[in-house]
Amino acid sequence: MTEPIVHPGVVHPHVKVRRATKSSWGGLAVVIPVLVILAAGPYIIDRGMQQSLVTLFTLIVLGTMWNLLAGYGGMVSIGQQAYIGIGAYGLVYIADVIGLDPFLAVPVAVVVAGILSLPISFLAFRLSGGYFAIGTWVIAEVLKLITTQIPALGGGSGISLTAFSDFSPGRRIAYVYWLSLAAVVIAVAVTYWIMRSRLGLGFTAIRDDAVAAASLGVRVTRSKRFVFVIAAMGSALAGGMIAANTLRVTPDSVYSVSYSAFMIFIVVIGGIGTIEGPIVGAIVFFGLQQWLSDLGSWYLIIIGVLAIVITLFLPKGLWGLISGNGRIRLFPVGYRLESPLERFSLAAKAAAPKE
Amino acid sequence: MQWLNAVIQGVLLGGLYALLAAGLSLMFGVMRIVNLAHGVLAIVAAYIGLVFVENVGISPFLAIVLVVPIMALVGYLLQWGLLNRAISKGGLAPLLVTFGLAVVLTQLLQERFTADTQAIQIGALGTDSITISDNISIGLFPLMTFVVGVLVIAALQLFISKAPLGRAMRATSDDVDTVMLMGIDNRQVYALSTALALATVGLAGMFIGMRTQFSPTFGDAMLIFAFEAVIIGGLGSLWGTLAGGMVLGIAQTIGAQVNPSYGVLFGHLVFLAILAFRPTGLLPKAVTA
Amino acid sequence: MSLLEVRDLDVHYGDFQAIYSLDVSLAEGETLAVIGANGAGKSTLMKAIAGLLRPSKGDIQFDGRSVVGTPAFKRVPLGIALTPEGRKIFRSLSVEENLLVGAHTKRKGPWNLKSVYEAFPLVADRKDRLGVNLSGGEQQAAAIGRALMSNPRLLLLDEVSLGLAPVVVEQIYAALPAITSQGTTVLVVEQDVNQSMRVADRIQCLLEGRTVLEGVPFDLSRDQIAAAYFGI
Repeated sequence: MTEPIVHPGVVHPHVKVRRATKSSWGGLAVVIPVLVILAAGPYIIDRGMQQSLVTLFTLIVLGTMWNLLAGYGGMVSIGQQAYIGIGAYGLVYIADVIGLDPFLAVPVAVVVAGILSLPISFLAFRLSGGYFAIGTWVIAEVLKLITTQIPALGGGSGISLTAFSDFSPGRRIAYVYWLSLAAVVIAVAVTYWIMRSRLGLGFTAIRDDAVAAASLGVRVTRSKRFVFVIAAMGSALAGGMIAANTLRVTPDSVYSVSYSAFMIFIVVIGGIGTIEGPIVGAIVFFGLQQWLSDLGSWYLIIIGVLAIVITLFLPKGLWGLISGNGRIRLFPVGYRLESPLERFSLAAKAAAPKE
Repeated sequence: MQWLNAVIQGVLLGGLYALLAAGLSLMFGVMRIVNLAHGVLAIVAAYIGLVFVENVGISPFLAIVLVVPIMALVGYLLQWGLLNRAISKGGLAPLLVTFGLAVVLTQLLQERFTADTQAIQIGALGTDSITISDNISIGLFPLMTFVVGVLVIAALQLFISKAPLGRAMRATSDDVDTVMLMGIDNRQVYALSTALALATVGLAGMFIGMRTQFSPTFGDAMLIFAFEAVIIGGLGSLWGTLAGGMVLGIAQTIGAQVNPSYGVLFGHLVFLAILAFRPTGLLPKAVTA
Repeated sequence: MSLLEVRDLDVHYGDFQAIYSLDVSLAEGETLAVIGANGAGKSTLMKAIAGLLRPSKGDIQFDGRSVVGTPAFKRVPLGIALTPEGRKIFRSLSVEENLLVGAHTKRKGPWNLKSVYEAFPLVADRKDRLGVNLSGGEQQAAAIGRALMSNPRLLLLDEVSLGLAPVVVEQIYAALPAITSQGTTVLVVEQDVNQSMRVADRIQCLLEGRTVLEGVPFDLSRDQIAAAYFGI
């Protein structure tokens, strides 16, 4: 019978489980004003810049979705362009042919993409790893080839989006801008919500050890399928944004595997497995694209080499570097143990927050 | 009769696909890597061959003799320099690195050679054919390609089964930790496997370049066809890859017979059908390690 | 002159320490049995000697030179061969192919396909069977044969009896004299105390990563060993 060791002056240290950290409250203090300023965009910046920002927002949405699939779900896809295509063509078809208001057509196209991705997932999940990746690409190619055969959608030469012709260009661009900003907020919020939930905790477990996770009751396949569908819907949302921004869709442009390349580079450079990573990556990628645009295809070569180097030497990406490997978290998805004794313990301060 | 002709063309095309896919299958078998740069590496070989033929002025077949060892060396260095590091990083690293490599190589080719299509000229050999009957003729070059494809698959299979290095590759594939207890450096085994894989890729790339017009982005389709051949045939079996290649080839030629723009789509649909109804493929390996 | 000299060894698995300041010494030609319960650190010791684990402290000297920095695959040509815990026979290779892989380093010595088949008739009978189709005892015999094919100076046998019927274990240990008579030094790790007492020149008992008993089987009583084994 040994007596428990008691610290003088403290009888029962209360240990709290906290989700947020100081930095995440600080992050909120930064993010909200930024969103407000961005929302005022159409009143402050010119149309060309608005359209540029829409491109940036599209990249953020795509990066966030790819990170959801790969960084959290462990599934590398090079076929998300399938759903970008469904979103883009969906918007055109539903708004122009069926005649629904274009701002309603986007959510409908997103839902259609989600529904289609369900049977696709059953096929795709028969493969894993690198073969799963190529399989998703084949599915995208099939959708592209089928779309090319449909005359109502313009066949191989594509089709223009006319549903916005009632609006003046300034109005249209502003509305598309707000739609895209809303898309970013929704995409990031949905991802944040998923990762904060039990599903997110399950994914962390699956990432560490899928078999152990399954034995604890984590529904591995069902979780992956859920994420697959969400990512499809998010990609379709991006497709809608692209169509609304450029007003023209062709099979080659919208089903292009280049989008997958962009998504992968964005997430790898920004930092895989965190919510902040794809946002940082999209900004960097967008910046590099603008800055190096004179160099033609050299910009893609530089970004590709950067991605390879980061994968091998800086696996947590730029956000990992900035955040000191998880010490700063704008979007707190983990759990922290906090005990009042921590204040007195230098060792506890130095330790990284536990996930 | 035209359908029979299409089937024959498909079988011969399958030989090329099998030759193309062999390296992909080998790398996955030994080190569980799906090399996403596989397709573009075949095109790299074709361009190297093109440079030898057009700038140096040698015959395409002599160019093959040069390209194959060059690609083997490229594979060896690639594995030691890049891929071994990616494997030890683990997780998604190998996929991400080979993907990045594929994009970088495609863009480099585009910078150097532009997006124009080119072909390695083989003169009359490209159109010579053997006439079997009124409606059926077999192209000489496709037949040659088919024979080479079958021979390479057979040679690889023999090597894997009988040669000491082949045995070491199979042992490494089964259990990489234990193979170190045999005095075998698994990184060296990986490098030699990749060298062998890229040698076959080099051969395939040359035959592709001699058969058809190609451009830097051709690698995308090559990766997809190689992948489909492997999956249709069944993972882990080289003869399966041959069978898969032929099934894919036949699907594509019959599709093209129905409508010239349906060829590739038919191939995809057959692939998806196999995935849906017989996911292990036609001739999967009996023992999975 | 000791062939193997382990000094002050610490081995960690992440934050968990499995071995504490361990000393082990083996003279050439000797057979040492390291015994202990589960988690005593026996297999950890074997893996460190073979090079699969890197110690966090201490030295391992083989034939007078330190091998701590030498990767596992380079220790085999020096003359160290491990029959790993769990046998680890290559599943898709036949028995004979397993043996041939074991001979990869081509060290000179008495062991080749013929002599291994003579020492282990069980293995000879199954030589064309695939690894995945072997019984536990057949796998164990094949694994030992495979290790012998590299003609080691030091043979490490890790948990040979694990999961096998006593009759089978006896058959396998019956081949040990054929091995030691060639002058091979053997380090056996065992949970089966009786078996190890029968074959070893010396015994070392580990408990939670430390040596708790050492001696010659003749001098040690059953009670002494039981006490050390269970830490009573």
